[in-house]
Amino acid sequence: MSLDIWMRENPLTYVWWGSYAITLLIFVIEIALVRHKRKVTLQQIRLMREAGEDK
Amino acid sequence: MAINWFKYSAPTTFYGLAGKMIPWFAVSSAILFVIGLYIGFYVAPTDAQQGEFYRIIYIHVPASILSMFLYLIMAGYAALGLIFNTRLSSMMANAIAPTGALFAFISLWTGALWGKPMWGAWWVWDARLTSELILLFLYLGFIALHASIDDPRRADRAAALLAIVGSVNVPIIYFSVKWWNTLHQGSTIKFTGTTMHIAMQQAMFTLLAACWLYAIAVVLMRVRSIILERERHTKWITELPEVQQ
Repeated sequence: MSLDIWMRENPLTYVWWGSYAITLLIFVIEIALVRHKRKVTLQQIRLMREAGEDK
Repeated sequence: MAINWFKYSAPTTFYGLAGKMIPWFAVSSAILFVIGLYIGFYVAPTDAQQGEFYRIIYIHVPASILSMFLYLIMAGYAALGLIFNTRLSSMMANAIAPTGALFAFISLWTGALWGKPMWGAWWVWDARLTSELILLFLYLGFIALHASIDDPRRADRAAALLAIVGSVNVPIIYFSVKWWNTLHQGSTIKFTGTTMHIAMQQAMFTLLAACWLYAIAVVLMRVRSIILERERHTKWITELPEVQQ
């Protein structure tokens, strides 16, 4: 079945998966990346602090 | 009692304030997303001309509005950082850029999905679409330019100039449907009113508010990481409870 026919027969599925599911996925990835960045930065700061205390 | 608002322009005080605000914005955003999607998919009627395909509007329009507004806010913060040399302003501009780029991408992506059933094409080199694509490139250029310079303060200044110059593109996007004969439809919602069904308006404005709250929450999360990274050599950062753990 071609995409054009599938789109005409399943307009709501096309709209939902095409736009809303992709947007949700983008939001989830963005939040995960921001949280990961914070975790890495905090680990770096802890390591720096520990290195400073050792000195 | 007067509140000294300027104290929140210091990363030391803003870091804690942002941490307290994030859950409120995130939870409000999630609630509004659920309400908006419910109204948009179950309450709002089917469009007489576009059938079910028009329901892309509830994410396409908020994403487009946010991509433009976030750029102006980013350019505003970048200009403040450039003129007054305030650290937090430049950090805010950096934090806004990736979210703005994502909203510009969502706007283009959903626009292409809407264009195929309505126009018969995923993409046309129309003034509105092309200027929105330029906006995405401006965001990416801002991020890339900032990342390419090692000294953060120099990177802030260079990226700020790009952001300020690029802000001229935002009115071009908005007025493109008036200035040129475009395939993209004109504004449905104007200051003089709208012909949209009330449930369609409710869904769209609810999802617009949800997207705004999401953007604020994620920008605050990102700016906290940027503050941590840039101020990592300062004493107050090493004394934070999350660092002490």
